[in-house]
Amino acid sequence: MRMRPETEEELAEAIRGAAGPLAVRGGGTRAIAVAGEELSLAGMSGISLYEPGALTLVAGAGTPLAEVEAALAAEGQRLAFEPMDHRGLMGTAGAPTLGALFAANISGPRRIQAGAARDFLLGVRFVDGAGRMVKNGGRVMKNVTGYDLVKLMAGAHGTLGVLSEVALKVLPRPETEASLRVAVPDAGAAVRLMSQALGSPFDVTGAAYDPAVGAVLLRVEGFAASVAYRLGRLEALLVGAGENVRLEGEASAAVWRGIRDVEAFHGRTGDVWRISCKPSEAPEVAARIEAEALLFDWGGGLIWALAAPGTDLRERAGRYDGHATLVRAEPETVERLGRFQPQPAPLAALAAGLRAKFDPRGILNPRLMG
Amino acid sequence: MQMPQPDPAILGRKARLVARLSQVLPEAALIQDPSQTRAYECDALTAYRCAPLLVVLPASTEEVAAVLRICHEEGVPVVPRGSGTSLAGGALPTADSVVLGVARMNAVLEVDFDNRFIRVQSGRTNLSVTGAVEEEGFFYAPDPSSQLACAIAGNVAMNSGGAHCLKYGVTTNNLMGVTMVLMDGTVVEIGGAHLDAGGLDLLGVICGSEGQLGVVTEATLRILHKPEGARPVLMGFDSSEVAGACVSDIIKAGVLPVAIEFMDRPCIRACEAFAHAGYPDCEALLIVEVEGSEAEIAQQLGLIEAIARRHGPVEFREARDPEEAGRIWLGRKSAFGAMGQINDYMCLDGTIPVSALPMVLRRIGELSQDYGLEVANVFHAGDGNMHPLILFDANTPGQLEQCEALGAAILKLCVEAGGCLTGEHGVGIEKRDLMLHQYSRGDLEAQLDVKDVFDPLWLLNPAKVFPLEVTASRRLGRLAAE
Ligand SMILES: Cc1cc2nc3c(=O)[nH]c(=O)nc-3n(C[C@H](O)[C@H](O)[C@H](O)COP(=O)(O)OP(=O)(O)OC[C@H]3O[C@@H](n4cnc5c(N)ncnc54)[C@H](O)[C@@H]3O)c2cc1C
Repeated sequence: MRMRPETEEELAEAIRGAAGPLAVRGGGTRAIAVAGEELSLAGMSGISLYEPGALTLVAGAGTPLAEVEAALAAEGQRLAFEPMDHRGLMGTAGAPTLGALFAANISGPRRIQAGAARDFLLGVRFVDGAGRMVKNGGRVMKNVTGYDLVKLMAGAHGTLGVLSEVALKVLPRPETEASLRVAVPDAGAAVRLMSQALGSPFDVTGAAYDPAVGAVLLRVEGFAASVAYRLGRLEALLVGAGENVRLEGEASAAVWRGIRDVEAFHGRTGDVWRISCKPSEAPEVAARIEAEALLFDWGGGLIWALAAPGTDLRERAGRYDGHATLVRAEPETVERLGRFQPQPAPLAALAAGLRAKFDPRGILNPRLMG
Repeated sequence: MQMPQPDPAILGRKARLVARLSQVLPEAALIQDPSQTRAYECDALTAYRCAPLLVVLPASTEEVAAVLRICHEEGVPVVPRGSGTSLAGGALPTADSVVLGVARMNAVLEVDFDNRFIRVQSGRTNLSVTGAVEEEGFFYAPDPSSQLACAIAGNVAMNSGGAHCLKYGVTTNNLMGVTMVLMDGTVVEIGGAHLDAGGLDLLGVICGSEGQLGVVTEATLRILHKPEGARPVLMGFDSSEVAGACVSDIIKAGVLPVAIEFMDRPCIRACEAFAHAGYPDCEALLIVEVEGSEAEIAQQLGLIEAIARRHGPVEFREARDPEEAGRIWLGRKSAFGAMGQINDYMCLDGTIPVSALPMVLRRIGELSQDYGLEVANVFHAGDGNMHPLILFDANTPGQLEQCEALGAAILKLCVEAGGCLTGEHGVGIEKRDLMLHQYSRGDLEAQLDVKDVFDPLWLLNPAKVFPLEVTASRRLGRLAAE
């Protein structure tokens, strides 16, 4: 049976009354298969408050992302953390929802400059595994009243509670954007170039390297005159680094959509991994994992890797400052390797302690996070 | 405001505690003489004072762990302390507590410009973090006005902000990792030089937990390259309402200034008398700062000026040179000092939705009249973080209580307007008893559950953040279990 509550009370009822595990679903675009009765958030949808002058929006957790993006676009605003659309990569259909976006803390290329999804989440309402209805945070930009359970919920993948409502910070959409494509010989040169650009005063909002193209992409955004100026300064700074191509406006936007959604891997078989690491370690980590295809984002701090089915990339990667997430694989691989990197014992103990408090029966997306 | 009664059993164990602690700490790091522990009797909320049982000043994560292990075994409450600049009483001791100060732990452990981070011991002051990287043109963005004195430890515990956080975010948005010691002495490492620490976002919960979940000993912080330049403008309006509307229009227009600061007439007058910054005598004053190259600054200021002109400013002044820029900021930066010259004051910190600004300012004016105490407003307008300063005379009996009552009324107003009790200073003891105005008991219970996991015996800074009656069973449970 599928449960589809329409109010927070109904959601709490459903969770309290659950006889066994629940699989919490937003739009189902990330194909996270967990066992259990399906709990759909689709009924808890709609924008309840949007104040462009205060840069804030409040909406039900089941609100389709497209609805939010349309409302923001009408006011010349956007979600600055640039969430990816998983459908192409995962081969799924459905409509991504706001709650799932935050539950998984999904951020795109602009994460290096604007921050992650969690940095834009101002407040939450959720129902925990015991059926408690809880509010935390609010709808204001700065709030240190009590513990920040907002951050705890962002990235908990629904394992500590089911979000019912989210309040978020939005930002103005800049007038325009442009990118620089610079040819580089290898990953080492790419990361050095990206570090140089990100360590400049020119407010780079995207720094990625596609080995298949053999080029680094750097993006700047803002008012047209300022974009032109900064792109010029970046070119001057990186002169001699290779061959430059400028991409303006829509051409730039299209190429960044491709990086955001990892288009390079679309339609290809194999497991997909996502490695967060210290940028300067990225070339070595990438070499060690011997992937079939790679894409570097976040100035090298994020490696997307396509690997033969069932490969344990964590083992191949060895020791480094970071962690690896298995994004796409057959269920038995996920079962064997775990979706998320196992944590050191003291941290795992804290996480287990929190789960015991917030989901004492272990029914929310059980075993998804360990 | 009340603090729990000290536990006589703990007071009676002082000698044993000293003996055990002196086995893990050098002599200079253990302070037991009442004439010296008195230096730790309060933080910047000086209305409340209480000397602790002991003060320890460890020099390393290992020493912190050793101290905590002993205090855990002895069942002694521990109050972590950075530089003691908390305005909320976060570092206020109880007579039966050990103050654990991290001031001696102020080393820079690693500076990495390629990967844009710095790793420091937590006792290092905020400004000296920037000091360690500015030669290469970098800076650490969160800039509380207390940055010369306050420590990263306190910044992380309070999730501190600053004038420039409109663009760069507050501490939590710039914190990549910590080394932290749990109350039982376990050392945990969370995050590091990579983005988005793995697993649950424990880093996010620790930041802003006011020293109740663990003692932070090291922090990895994001550093950024400085912009090419920055310039403020000053604009005066003859009504707060109009100034508020101007702020909202600037934000909507897609210009994202690094700072938008607001001052009202009482504050303008006090600052002017104190700092002679040349401020116009008007109802409301905005300082807006933008960054970039010369041309970029000119373009943004052009847009801002056009918006401001639509609101009929009584004054619009662009800084023509660094000296003039300095003078525009001078008054704002000396606001607290200026107030301190006139009177005792209490600094509130509620945040409201920017759209509620005119209504809230009007209501604060009315409340100020009702309570017979003057209120000056200075705040970060871009993000709605208000700092009403209530002026009172601590030597007049009853005025502190009257001031606290007015403060509570203003904070409740912030919550009613859709905001919160504190935007950057923290709850501490100051706003502890107001928590039930913002959160239900159930909402608070969920927060207490988190503390139960990190500190099951409720020994770390136990009398803060939550109303005492809400935490009583947990704190007393510890006593009963002894
Ligand atoms: C004049 C003035 C201006 C100020 N301006 C601002 C401002 O602009 N923005 C702003 O946000 N704040 C401001 N503050 C408030 C204050 O400076 C901040 O809260 C600051 O972060 C406190 O740092 P500290 O090192 O002094 O901490 P302390 O006062 O020593 O402690 C603060 C809290 O942190 C906890 N703590 C300390 N060390 C640790 C540790 N190692 N591990 C865990 N917990 C710990 C304490 O228990 C306490 O709860 C101002 C204060 C003053 C006096």
